Amino acid sequence: MMPQETFEARHGSQWLEFEQWLDAMTASRTKRSAAAPALAEAAVAHRYRCLCQHLALARERRYSPGLVARLNGLVIRGHQFLYGAHLDTGPALVRFFARDLARAVRTQWRPIAWACALFFGPLIVVAMAMQQYPDLVHMLMPAEQIAAYEQMYDPAQRRAGERGAQVDSYMLGHYIWNNVRIGFQTFAGGMLFGIGTVFFLTVNGVLIGASAGHLIEIGFARTFFGFVSGHSALELGGIVLMGAAGLMLGGALIAPGRLTRASALRLRAKAAVPLVYGAGAMLTAAAFVEAFWSPLGVVPAPIKYAAGAVLWTLVLLYFIFAGRTRAP
Amino acid sequence: MLDTTRAVPTPEGIELVLRLAGPVPRALAWLIDTMLRLAVLLVAGWLLAMLGRFGWGVLLILAFLLEWLAPAAFEVWADGSTPGKKSLGLMVLHDDGTPVGWAAALVRNLLRAIDFLPVGYGFGLVAASINRDFKRLGDIAAGTVVVYRDPAQRPVPIPAAAPVPPLRPLSLEEHRAVLDFAERAATLTPQRAQEIAELASPITGVSPQRATQRLLEVASFLSGRK
Repeated sequence: MMPQETFEARHGSQWLEFEQWLDAMTASRTKRSAAAPALAEAAVAHRYRCLCQHLALARERRYSPGLVARLNGLVIRGHQFLYGAHLDTGPALVRFFARDLARAVRTQWRPIAWACALFFGPLIVVAMAMQQYPDLVHMLMPAEQIAAYEQMYDPAQRRAGERGAQVDSYMLGHYIWNNVRIGFQTFAGGMLFGIGTVFFLTVNGVLIGASAGHLIEIGFARTFFGFVSGHSALELGGIVLMGAAGLMLGGALIAPGRLTRASALRLRAKAAVPLVYGAGAMLTAAAFVEAFWSPLGVVPAPIKYAAGAVLWTLVLLYFIFAGRTRAP
Repeated sequence: MLDTTRAVPTPEGIELVLRLAGPVPRALAWLIDTMLRLAVLLVAGWLLAMLGRFGWGVLLILAFLLEWLAPAAFEVWADGSTPGKKSLGLMVLHDDGTPVGWAAALVRNLLRAIDFLPVGYGFGLVAASINRDFKRLGDIAAGTVVVYRDPAQRPVPIPAAAPVPPLRPLSLEEHRAVLDFAERAATLTPQRAQEIAELASPITGVSPQRATQRLLEVASFLSGRK
């Protein structure tokens, strides 16, 4: 067996070269151009494999822990650099929204259908029930909140379009802080075997259904729909996608199939991430619309309805058709 | 020897050894991050308050970004570490030892909302203490581990000494322990070095006074010197 010192003497310079090459490649851009690469690019892969072999030999031949740790550290750095994802965020981002998001939504239609049922089901049932039993609203919402909604959407009181730009920016912050956060919590709630997600979806469905049903019933439908139609497609769609992503986590924990729960969770979380990206983007966009377009009183209601309908159509067309290609 | 390591097989057919970070350093890192976030929000709030309601809107967006997205952004762009993790020498990696990407960083940071429940990272702590990689729920779902960043290893020579064979053949563990001792001897006080070396009397067989010197001689032999 080769003594440790001979081993180090024979290969030490190669390790040093590889280390210097790593230093140069991971240094900031300005420094990188100054230092000449210690290693030709074509030689890197071979040098790295040699290094791996030396680590294995050092372990097997009982060389000192210091040497093994040094080689291990060097191989970790090499492994991270060579196998790490090199970020090309720009093109990837375009590709994601042009293609990958819509594909992910179509692939995951089952959890999305469940999320729709859990959210729109209670919403529609409560809103319709409210038309028959108007008093139901007092069981679902506190009196102050009902009063606040009534005041907000009262056609007589509404000095529409008078909210200054300042106020709208404040509301933008509020909607992002509040709505996107609720979306993230809906997703995270999936880790509680889906219970958290189901809770957030149905509770939000019931509350939105209750306020919509109540405002329709007392005759404020015009102002109410005028306000919400613009951002409804993005916001409700975003909530459903977050819910679907959460249900995927819950599903992995409840029914992992032939995998361990941890593996199932890891796989489904990975598959759910595109939905979270998409939903986050939709909720953020909804916050902009809700802050700057929806409160505009100068725009007549029919135009607002039309804008809302156009957005719904675009969102649905996008999810149905974007990113479809003929099989090669 | 230690069970706080994780071996990662690589395509080259070898195993990398990662040193896992336990709950205490991670909690400290979290504390530093939280303090930093509060400090940023306080300063920003003080400045933005001058802008009235518009300023409050900006502050809310800032608070949202800092709470939900900033940790993930740091982990992707700043070499796997938020400022708190960096100060404690920790970093986040994928299970296979590669640097963490957006998908995993986002999942582990969004699921923080669940790890935090019911109070003070209760779920996270329970999860971390029942799996061998100290993963909180977010780490399990994202497939990530939090490990110690290894400081650059400088070669440490084994002190020169006339090689002397041990009294009996050594096992792998013993062999490593002796070499480890020799490499670290320079950083120990003579008393501590002697204390440790006396433990090895079965393989050196000398009086306690000469224990350190003899053990270094054995190490010299084990390192292959003739």
